[in-house]
Formats: sequence, structure tokens, C-alpha cells
Amino acid sequence: MSAPREWAGRRLGAVPGGADDGDGTFRVVGKAMPRVDAVAKVTGTTVYADDLSFPGTLHCVLLRSPRPHARIRSIDVQEAAGLPGVVAVLTGAAMPTRFGVSPSSEEEQALAADKVRYVGEPVAAVAARDEATAREACKMIHVDYELLEPVTSIDRALEVPMDEPIHASSRDSNIHRLAAVEFGDVEEGFAASDHVREDVFFYEGSNHLAMEEHSATAIFSDGQLTVWSSTQSPHSVHRALSSVVGLPMGHVRVVATPHGGGFGGKVDPCAHEIVVAKLAMITGRPVKCTLTREEVFYNHRGRHPVLMWVRTGVTRDGRIRAMHFRTALDGGAHGSLGAATTYYTGALQPATYDLPAYRFEGCRVFTNKAPCGPKRGHGTPQPRFALELHLDKLAEDLGMDPVELRRRNYVRPNSRTVNGLRITSCAIEKVTDEVLAASGYSRRERREGHGQGFAVSAYLCGAGTPMYLNRMPHSEVALKVDRGGVTVFCGATDIGQGSDSVLATLVAEELGLERSDVRLVTGDTGLTPVDLGSYSSRVTFMAGNAAIEAARKMRTTLAAAAAEHSGGRPAEMTVAGGRIGPLSFEEAVAAAEELYGTLGSVGSYAPPPGISTSKYRGSAVGPSPAFSFSAAVVDLDADRVSGEVRVNKVWIAHDIGRALNPVLVRGQVEGGVYMGLGEALMEAQAYRNGLLHHPSVLEYKTPLSSDMPEIEYLIVEQPDPEGPYGAKEVGQGPLLPVVPAVVSAIHDALGVWVDEVPVTPDKILRALDARARGNDPRTGPRAFPKIPYPPCEKVAIPDAATAAV
Amino acid sequence: MLRLRVNGETHETLAESSETLLEILRERLGLTGTKHGCEVGECGACTVLLDGAPVLACLVLPDQIEGAEVTTVEGLADGSALHPLQEAFVALGASQCGYCTAGMLLSAKALLDEQPDPTRDEIRAALAGNVCRCTGYASIVDAVAQAARTLQGAR
Repeated sequence: MSAPREWAGRRLGAVPGGADDGDGTFRVVGKAMPRVDAVAKVTGTTVYADDLSFPGTLHCVLLRSPRPHARIRSIDVQEAAGLPGVVAVLTGAAMPTRFGVSPSSEEEQALAADKVRYVGEPVAAVAARDEATAREACKMIHVDYELLEPVTSIDRALEVPMDEPIHASSRDSNIHRLAAVEFGDVEEGFAASDHVREDVFFYEGSNHLAMEEHSATAIFSDGQLTVWSSTQSPHSVHRALSSVVGLPMGHVRVVATPHGGGFGGKVDPCAHEIVVAKLAMITGRPVKCTLTREEVFYNHRGRHPVLMWVRTGVTRDGRIRAMHFRTALDGGAHGSLGAATTYYTGALQPATYDLPAYRFEGCRVFTNKAPCGPKRGHGTPQPRFALELHLDKLAEDLGMDPVELRRRNYVRPNSRTVNGLRITSCAIEKVTDEVLAASGYSRRERREGHGQGFAVSAYLCGAGTPMYLNRMPHSEVALKVDRGGVTVFCGATDIGQGSDSVLATLVAEELGLERSDVRLVTGDTGLTPVDLGSYSSRVTFMAGNAAIEAARKMRTTLAAAAAEHSGGRPAEMTVAGGRIGPLSFEEAVAAAEELYGTLGSVGSYAPPPGISTSKYRGSAVGPSPAFSFSAAVVDLDADRVSGEVRVNKVWIAHDIGRALNPVLVRGQVEGGVYMGLGEALMEAQAYRNGLLHHPSVLEYKTPLSSDMPEIEYLIVEQPDPEGPYGAKEVGQGPLLPVVPAVVSAIHDALGVWVDEVPVTPDKILRALDARARGNDPRTGPRAFPKIPYPPCEKVAIPDAATAAV
Repeated sequence: MLRLRVNGETHETLAESSETLLEILRERLGLTGTKHGCEVGECGACTVLLDGAPVLACLVLPDQIEGAEVTTVEGLADGSALHPLQEAFVALGASQCGYCTAGMLLSAKALLDEQPDPTRDEIRAALAGNVCRCTGYASIVDAVAQAARTLQGAR
């Protein structure tokens, strides 16, 4: 094995005339400022993917399967191809190469050729002079399906397939992925416990419902393919396109257009992106495809429905001795990022609680439904929901305050979890204190129908390993500085979270400029160095550190030139307020160009070695350069007659390290709370016999402005040693504690448990009814299925010496 | 030939009888600031003002707009001077991905034209037909309230 790569973070040394002017204050960092693209967005001038138009564009419509599971006997496109205005008709036979967002999931075809696996799977595509003609032509395509038995539940998927497995690659079953790992000795831990409890929970799947429907346009000219798309990961689309259409990466350019919302739904390379590319290559004309809202629901890649079983042993004084956690994920028809999702359902339980022994067994099955994938929180909201409620119940068993039970088990800063995760900065105590103080949780009004619930969570600041195995940087930045100004080139993709604004903030701070002095070119694989994409809350941490490195190199260059020009020493050249030493920034740049020629600098980021010490199957999932911590209290009224819940207020405290821009932070926190409330109380991507119940905005319930309670957010700033200016993530963490806190508050109000989300009025009424009949006062799954997990891989607990961080 | 005024400018354009105002704005007049999130009247993204009243452009057909005055997001600012609603959305981060923003702004303008001093609940009710997935709505409600104060101060 070759020597480990030098960690990019190590190169971030102190630079003379450091950006904080030595007194810890900053000029741009930490200031509440509008987004850099805010004016364009409020004036309607931002050009999103579907706003693009090129002369001579053909419009593409996909024909989708009306069957959940069927073999394709034949596809007859002759009639469609003959319709006036139709330029090309495409089927899967033309694109046999399979693809997927990660190497473990390369089983999708852009257009299904052999069989269809869910209602809505694309089987053919038409390019025509206009959308109406293309749609008409789709009706003239005749697909002969041989129907197969659809598999529509986890239980069915675990049975021996009636006809054939959904994927041939999964051999004789519909199990996609199994995980089984044990850290320490769980049985010994249970034996040493004073009390052991088991619970079963279910978390329903949900869609991202980004307001912008996916859209892509492709042009093929002079051997070069360019695709503009509303993607969160132009790099992933770049790789998939190159592989499927058979062009070298260097002949393919993917431009991430300004983005109308992602939340994980635009991380996977999608069928329409590949189809427009192929059609552009066939027709020689620009080809565009914009999905309808219904199609977005079929494209999905949303939250996995997860059934969970958890068993925990505690001592009388509330110390956890052992935990055993099992999950079963309903993955839908394809892999997507589902292997990672499976591991994520077990990875972060030890990131909040110090578990002396932990066993995790996970299982993802294929079903004939739209493929699940990553959605905000990726595989962790479900186990967080289960774990937090399970701890509430344990506290009740012990007659202990649920907050105190948690505190006795909290992870500590600068520690190593049982599954080998490195925890550095950690304000879990502080977020707990803040949210309790603000909400008055311990003094809450106790009356029937009113309640409060508390929960905590942790999330990563970027996945520690890339989606495909490699040792290259996760994020790269190039900086161009000359008499024409400062331009940052970075593959990072602003999906509304404000990553462009973050990059401008960091570079402006480093170069002593205003944010408006920094031009940005981002998310364009033809122009910008690689960034892996906007997922796993990685962009501020990774692209941010890469940008800082590039900017510090440039600052050193400019300071040297200014020193030489003015006869001083580089260390005396203060970089601030648009000046470098005695020179204006522009004069310093001119001096540097005279001395050195073309000015450019680069920076990159890869997570440091040592963020995980344990190696086991699945150990790539979980490690991160830093973790954020969140705590929430939810106050609500629950009506025991109607079963209706009205959330009055949510307090959320978030450990962000440093808030680089409070305006952006607020948006992420409140948006996360909002999405958590939606998943707790109404959102459901639910099916009946393989058919999606709600493929429309009207029927897929989400909270509206009139449903939203007041949100009080508390930002805890304890700078992380490796984050850019100490910053950590905020895009995903604040969603996580909200869901269990809602259900906990319902229990506080009515004394019943609803162990599955979304909590709808009927579930509350059923639990109340059960109590009235003297039965277990709960609604939720009764049992966890028998799953053929493999024998657990036994992993030694990191010892104290190696755990030193 | 359809004749209508959009943001004070008179347009004459061809339009199929089944073509929606959304399609006419985006595809015939090149006004792509108006967005679509469903095209069946469920998400509010395409909200524009028709003779001052908020409508969903995806549900409006040509014979409903002959001679009408349409206001879109492109017509809110006075030259380069932003409308107070736009200023407040910028300052408070009420636009994140920005895709619902045009519809939000026009629903909010319709409210403030009718009710210059709305309560927060009135703002929430007026925007309840506009879905936003980024903000959690709080910054949007704040922005509308701030714009109301600015507009009142200017009166």
C-alpha cells in the first residue's frame, strides 16, 4: 500500500497578517448578508434549467411504464416515429450500459430494455419539434408487457420471489443489501444491565418535493457533449453520461444550472439527463426534457420507508450498557445510494450516545416502487426517530427524566465512538442547555392535551469517503486574479443553500475584499475543478476549506509582490479593506502580474486520515471530518376527540461551529425544522398495489404557511478546529430532532405512543382507543420480520491510545 | 390574435385557445421569471396578478385575458429600484432556491394592495396557496411584514 496522501487540511497554516487580524474579528465572515444571487432571484432573472432555450431545440418526452413489474416482450415505435414533427424515438436497446450514482448501484438503464420494475420507469423517449407532438407520439408507442407478480412490501420482498427477483443481480431473493456488525460484546452488556427494553418503529417514506421539476438540455457539437441540468452533483452526471453514451470524460461537460431545490432528489444521475444527451447525439440538435410533477414523484430517490427494532440495556442509574439496532429498508426498484442509506441507518446512533457495546443489523430490499435514495438527513432521520423515542420509554421505565437519561450517555468532545468515529468539536451539552432554557421544558404546563417533547441528534459535515473509491480530493478550487478582477472556480453547486455565497464570503475575507469583488464560476465540469456535489452537508466544510487554501496562497503571492514593490517585508503587508500593505488591491495585483506573470492559485480538500479507526464492511459510511449537534423542543396541543395536532412552537438549538452568514443559517435551520414537521405529521410517499397514492402537490400533504408554528432558533458557536473559520454544517442536522420531539410531545399531551410517522389523527385515536380498552396504549408496528442477516462481523472497540484525537 | 398588457407593455401574440397564460408568458413573451411547479394549479409557483388579483397562470386561458393587465415578477421593480417586497426578501433571505419566489411576491403584493397593515396570520393565510420547500415560511412572513411597514412609511 502506498503512503497516505498528504492531507490537504495540513497545508492550511497560519499566514502572516492572518485574516482575523489577530483579534478574532472578521470583516465579512459572520456578517448577516443577503445571498450573492438574491436580487436575480427576486427579479425573476435567474435562469433555471427549464428557462434555457437554444435555437432549434427539440422537446423530449419519456414514455413511462404503467406496470409495477413486467418483462418487456417488445416495443413497437414505428407508428410514433412516423408522426409528423417527430425527429427521433429512442428505446433502451440503444443504451445498454447500466449506470447508478455509486458503483454499488450500477443496475439502472436510462430506458428499461428487459423489464420494468416500477410504475413510472422510463421505457422509451421521443424527441419532437414541440412537447405536445412528443407527448402524442408517446401514445403511439406499443409496449408488449408480460406481467410479473409485483413485490410491494418489505414482508413480501423477504419471501421467496413468486415469479423472479426484481434484479437478477440479487440472485434468488429481493434482498439488495445486508449489514451485520458488532462493536464490543453486546450480550455481555445486556447481561450486565439492570433493565432491557425492546421497541419497534416505522418511518414512512417521503418525497423531496423540490419546487423545481427536474430539467435538462443537451447539445452535441464538434464531438463535444454539453448538458445543462438542475442537478446537485454535476460530477455524478458527468461520470454516468460518459459511461452510458460512450464519450471520454473530457468530451462531456455538465453545467449545473441555478437550482430550484434539491434536498437530495437531484443527486442521482437521472434517466432524462442521459436520454437528452443520447438524443442530441442522434439528432444533432439541442434536446430538452423537463419532467412533470407527476414524473418527479416517479423519479423519486426520496426518503426510505424503514422498519426498526431496537433493544437497549441500561443500568438502574440510566447508563446504557448495550444496544442492538435492526433496520429493514423498503428500497424501491433500484439501488440509488441505498447501500449507503442502509449503513446510515446504523452509523450515527453512537455519534450522540456513548454506547459501550453496539450491534447493528440492516437490510435493504428491492420492491416494485419508485426508487428511494438520499433525502435530507440521508438514512439517519428514521433511526434518530426510533432511538429518541426508545430512550423516552426507557426513561419512563426507570422513572427518570428523559433529558437526564440522555445526558448520562452523551458523547464527549475529542473522543472516539464505539464504531470508530472521530468526534472533535461537540456542543451537545450546550445545545441541550440552550433549548431547555428557552423552552422552559422542565416547567412546562402539564394538562391533558398539551405537551412538549425533547430530542437531540448529530449529523456529518460531509461524507468522509467519496461515492466511488478514490484517493483524490473531494473538493477543488482554482482562483484567478488579474487586472480583470478575482474569480473563484469551484465545482460546488448552489442548490439554494447558499454555497456560492459561502465561497464568496471566504475568499473575500482572505483577500481583504468585499464579497461583491469576488466573481464565481461554479458547478460546471468543463470550467471548474471537481467538487463531488451538494450532498451529505459537505460543501461549506470541504469546498470552503479548498477555497481558503487557494485564497491564502494567492494572498501570500500578492503580499510578496506588494512588499517587493514597496520595499517592505511580506509580513508587514496587512491584507485588509481592499489594500495590501501600502498598495491598493489592484496595484498589488498589477505588481504581482509584472513580477510573476499569470496569477493563479489552487486549493483542495480531502478529509484527514484518522476520522475513522475501525475497518469493517460499511465502515466508509459515518466517518466525517466533523459532526454538528442539534436539540429541539416541540410544544403542541393534541385533541383527544379529533386526534388533531397543532404545533404551537419549536425551539431548536444547533451547534454550527461558526455561523459564516446568519441569514443563510436561519434559512437552513428553519427549513430543516419545517421539513421535519412535514415528515412527522403529514408527508408520505405511499402506495397501493404498486401504484403511488399521491403523485401531485395537492394530495401529497406538506405544511403550508398557515400550518407553520413559530420557530425560535438558537445558534451555538464553538468553532470547529478544522472547519472553515470553524464552521460546521447546518443543512441537514436541524431536521433530525424535530420528528421524535413531535411524537414525544404527543405522548406528553395524551399519554399514548404513536410509534410511526407521519402521525395522522387516526393513529392517535387508535392509540387512545387501545388505552381505553386496557390494551397497550400505542399505535405502530407490532413485529419486526425475520431477516437472514449474516453472522455479525466483530469489531474491536478502539482502545484509549488510538482513540486519542 | 390575443392582445394583453403585461407589466404595462402591450403585447399582441398568437395563442392556441388551450394555451395557458403560463405558457404564453414563458414561451411566447419570453418572460421566464414566472415559474411552474405542477402546471395544474396546486403549487402557487406561477402566481401572477390579473387586473390586480392573484391568479394561477397555469389555469388561465386566452379568452380570460383578452385586454387584461397582467403583472409578473419582472414588473415589480421600478427600473433598477426594487419593490419594497423584493428588498425585504433580499435582506431577510426569504428567497433561497428562489423557485417559489415570483409567486410568493405576487401573492404578497395582492395582499398588501388590499390590506396595507396585515397581521402575521393574515400574511400566512394569504400565502397559504404558495408552496415553499426551503424556508419554512418564517422569513417570508417576516419579509412581507417588513415590506408592509416600509410601504406604510412611504405613504
